[in-house]
Amino acid sequence: MSIPHPKHANPRRTLLASVLIGIGCMAALDEIVFHQLLAWHHFVDRGTAFALASDGVLHAGELVLLVVGFFVMIELHGAGRQAPGYRGPGFLLGAGGFQVFDGVVDHKLLRLHQVRYVDDVWLYDVAWIGAGAIILAIGWLLLRRARRGRASSQR
Amino acid sequence: MPLMPSVAQWLALTAGLLYLVGAWRSTRTGKSWSPWRSASFTAGIVTLVVAFAPPLNAFAHHDLRGHMLQHLLVGMFAPLGLVFGAPMGLLLRNLSPARARGIVRLLGSVPVRVLSHPLSAAVLDIGGMYLLYLTPLYALSMTTPWLHHLIHLHFVISGCLFSWAIAGPDPAPHRPRWRTRLGVLFLAIATHATLGKLIYAWRMPQGTGAGVDEIQAAAQWMYYGGDLAEIVLLMALMQQWLRRRRAAERSPLADPA
Repeated sequence: MSIPHPKHANPRRTLLASVLIGIGCMAALDEIVFHQLLAWHHFVDRGTAFALASDGVLHAGELVLLVVGFFVMIELHGAGRQAPGYRGPGFLLGAGGFQVFDGVVDHKLLRLHQVRYVDDVWLYDVAWIGAGAIILAIGWLLLRRARRGRASSQR
Repeated sequence: MPLMPSVAQWLALTAGLLYLVGAWRSTRTGKSWSPWRSASFTAGIVTLVVAFAPPLNAFAHHDLRGHMLQHLLVGMFAPLGLVFGAPMGLLLRNLSPARARGIVRLLGSVPVRVLSHPLSAAVLDIGGMYLLYLTPLYALSMTTPWLHHLIHLHFVISGCLFSWAIAGPDPAPHRPRWRTRLGVLFLAIATHATLGKLIYAWRMPQGTGAGVDEIQAAAQWMYYGGDLAEIVLLMALMQQWLRRRRAAERSPLADPA
């Protein structure tokens, strides 16, 4: 595969596809690490119909975003239209954005479940949302560099 | 009890044999038939035969986990194999043009169009599961053999209908655009996952004598096993999208779906 000519590159679509993949990967990581390995989260935390349905919607969303993101990326790759330097920031913005959303909306506003069921849960919340914010900030910095044509990746 | 499962197995084997004869006939008359399609259909048939094998049947009859395994094989995995074997396309090739036109007309008729719309197929398939697990229907089917077999038949047929409506390779003259199909598939995945969690949290179905651990294990099998089948369907749908995008790229006049 030849290096895509910048003239044909599609930065918006490259960013979109990698944001989708980032969200899907972070959501999958959440299920694998915190549900399965650490078992801090449970298969069911709150048995209300709303909590269960929102779990189901979130789960379906992560599967669909991951697969759709990969296919959009495959299409861009095949057409030689991946924009250099936009995949990394997109992935980090998606992953960090999901982490912050999960920490603020799911854990605190909707109170679907907590990071861990311990006394000082606020420490875990700070770590959770803070980690997401750091990933988000790095993604934003990398995106700024790419927009100025100083992307770290040129292929 | 031991007689009916083998009836189901015989039905599946007959369908598989008819398919292979059709593929052989088509190839012999110069219209080649993809061996991948034949392999897919055969895998679907083998899945059905395994799902209705006496040991699995016995497991399914006294244990909710066994039932869930059988349900996944019969209602989600076997239909994928069967539908991606494109049996309708094979049938059309083996019929005279006049009869083939009759079938195509039937496929375009209002009842078939309504039934095979992704949304109604999803309601039949996933809605049927809600009915089975959240109402006394499941307990009733344990003691009523004919109902039990009818439910299995329902899940094979509705599973095939749903897979076909979303991404099946068989002719579907009035299929909605891919955005609609993707939206329906998303809703179907969400409602299926929600049902798995409802079964776990509310300890459904009731009146089966199954313990809490057994119910919760079955619910997780449903949740994660369903994911696998749904991801395959999702990838098939996106593969069609990719093919149309690439075709549109090559000829700018083509309709970019």
